[in-house]
Amino acid sequence: MSHSFDEISQQLKRRHRKSTRLKWITMGSLGLAGLFLVLFFADMLSKGLPAFQQAYIQTEISYTEEAETDGRRAFDEELLPLISRTVVRVIPMELRNNPDMIGTSEEQWVLATSEVDQYLKGHRHRLSEEEQEALDARVEAGQVDLRFNSTFFGSGDSKIAENAGILSAVVGTIMTMIVTLAISFPIGVMTAIYLEEFAPDNRLTQIIEININNLAAIPSILFGLLGLAIFINFFGVPRSSPLVGGMTLALMTLPVIIISTRTALRSVPESIRHAGFGVGCSRWQVVRDHVLPLAMPGIMTGSIIGLAQAMGETAPLIIVGMVAFIPDVGVSFTNAATVMPAQIFTWAGEPEQAFVEKTAGGILVLLTILISLNAFAVVMRKKFERRW
Amino acid sequence: MQTNQLLLIFCGVLLLLGLLAFFAGRSKATRLRSAGTAMFAQPDQYAWFTVLSTAGPAVVVSALGAFVLLLMGADIPTLYLLAASLVIAAIGLLVSLNQVKPDFHARQAIERVIRMALAGAALISILTTFGILISIISEALRFFQMHSFWEFITGTTWNPGASFLASAGRGDGSGAEFGSVPLFAGTFMITAIAMLVAVPIGLLSAIYMSEFAPRKVRTVAKPVLEVLAGIPTVVYGFFAAITVAPIIVNIAGFLGLDASYNNALAPGIVMGIMIIPFISSLSDDVINSVPDSMRQGSLALGMTKGETIRDVVVPAAMPGIISASLLGMSRAMGETMIVVMAAGMRPNLTANPLEDMTTVTVRIVAALTGDQEFESAETLSAFALGLVLFVITLALNLVSVLMIRRFREKYRVNNL
Repeated sequence: MSHSFDEISQQLKRRHRKSTRLKWITMGSLGLAGLFLVLFFADMLSKGLPAFQQAYIQTEISYTEEAETDGRRAFDEELLPLISRTVVRVIPMELRNNPDMIGTSEEQWVLATSEVDQYLKGHRHRLSEEEQEALDARVEAGQVDLRFNSTFFGSGDSKIAENAGILSAVVGTIMTMIVTLAISFPIGVMTAIYLEEFAPDNRLTQIIEININNLAAIPSILFGLLGLAIFINFFGVPRSSPLVGGMTLALMTLPVIIISTRTALRSVPESIRHAGFGVGCSRWQVVRDHVLPLAMPGIMTGSIIGLAQAMGETAPLIIVGMVAFIPDVGVSFTNAATVMPAQIFTWAGEPEQAFVEKTAGGILVLLTILISLNAFAVVMRKKFERRW
Repeated sequence: MQTNQLLLIFCGVLLLLGLLAFFAGRSKATRLRSAGTAMFAQPDQYAWFTVLSTAGPAVVVSALGAFVLLLMGADIPTLYLLAASLVIAAIGLLVSLNQVKPDFHARQAIERVIRMALAGAALISILTTFGILISIISEALRFFQMHSFWEFITGTTWNPGASFLASAGRGDGSGAEFGSVPLFAGTFMITAIAMLVAVPIGLLSAIYMSEFAPRKVRTVAKPVLEVLAGIPTVVYGFFAAITVAPIIVNIAGFLGLDASYNNALAPGIVMGIMIIPFISSLSDDVINSVPDSMRQGSLALGMTKGETIRDVVVPAAMPGIISASLLGMSRAMGETMIVVMAAGMRPNLTANPLEDMTTVTVRIVAALTGDQEFESAETLSAFALGLVLFVITLALNLVSVLMIRRFREKYRVNNL
């Protein structure tokens, strides 16, 4: 059966249209993935940015005799439900410490409850009609204002939403990361040097290599089981401490550091090693003085990326108990602590509307740190990378 | 507190001995050399050799002692242990100083020690795997002594509640049922949803990036996609629970369907988004390493670009694509935070993704974060679940590695 030229060119057009369609479909799916990313960040920003502001109320605090036993007496009765409990709570203590303040009064901006905060930001709230009216009147008078939320960055966790901050989690993360890096960086780099520069090509080396690749693919929660069964139950490392969390994360970060260090070592050209051997250096001298310094930018990049990964990890830390409630900022390796992702997890479980905002705010802080770490790693690689 | 002070003193004395060893070794070697004898190594190398043989044995002995102390529960007072280590350090110092002779290969000795230290570090990764295996298997065995393995694998009810009462001293725990089928059904359901999202989007994006996109788009798009993989899973979990789940409930309500706020669809979709970069990045590498001669051959036969991709490039890259999907799948099955935050807690054997269902990892977390004794059957069940999870992900990874190796051998690609 023969076709006319017209039929054939028709067919050809169809085939080319199909080809173009494939191009658009594939482009669309990449766009879809990008769209997810944009939507995700837009959602997080819109939920989290308000957390960086907090409602404050200007009011007169009258330090009367009664206020020494009952802090609530120091405030305007109408305002009491709107003022944070944390402000009221400390007044008797303050008066006991400074008895000559009794009888005076002062005008102050005090922290409002999270309900006021949510109302001002237009979120769901539980204020009654009268409270709303009283609040509206004060907003008109300029006595209620949204200000920068220094509590959020300056204090630890709290069950009272307006008083909860992320600082204890940030400190916990730093402590945990110190332990993680202190363990995984030396061991990881040493392992990589051994495998790349020293190891004979035998069974044992192959087993170690396969094993490292496998370790990288084991679900993170299983590392938590290891931490619980071996570090806590067997060696008696204190539960919930940055020490046990850091050790668990170190084992997880190890494969990342080993693999990136090996890549960095492999990219150092063989001629440099030959030159070293040629002037009579031993293997270790060549590695220490020539190969390692040249591979250092690559090793650092890999370690930073591994660190960022460990910093966002939550599941194994939950298993070893690092979801503790930590109201005070403590710098210790063996006391209970929490980390940023675990803090986010705890806040996400709180039913109050104000904590949704806190959670998203914490997420923004975490994402900012992670993205800047990764960006730093990429910039460093760009800057120091050498093509041979 | 006393142990800490002892440890500090030990470290201090060891440091002093080390310094002493360094300077004594160096001065002896310098003296010998200035006397005019030719030596095998530099004075500094002799110095480092003496330091290593002073500190090395002492540290090894004290570490071994501490390990025996912990492991066997043997009653060696810390004081004696540390004192013995220091004596060994002093002996090491004297012996090594005696070794500083012109015909002694200090550099090679150092080399040997360093080589052993490096090999020791490499063994830690193996120890980690063994640690995971031993910790999981031993606890899982204890669980299987309480409850039968067969019931665990085939049972369809997961109800650990009664074992909680038993550990609290009430009841005998006989009512507890540990049938893991509903948990694995939930895991597979959510994994399947994730793969349905991730494989098409990831693969098509990879095809676009490697076959169609101009170089500029490629250099931008790849790292941007990688950002998706870098977002912590706890953040995805929050996103799934707070943003995606209500949207799904609303859409389902609009269509007249009844959806739970803990539906399986939300964590599945979000997990799929998370896995896109795993699949796209590896597929992209694989498609790129399909030899150009195959594309040229196909184009020379008059195939269009689309037909070349569909009939030549993708089939050739298939082992790599499957390998990438399996890796993504194992990642999805072991994923914890997204499902803990967005999926339900109720073991539910159903095929409806709009209902709430729970997964293996959710139950592991739930079992280990309660206020239970470690010995209770519920806590131990977490290790049994972990064991199965370990076996499944290990199998997926191994198959994935084998597939990619086959691809590599077929096309002689070395950089995968």
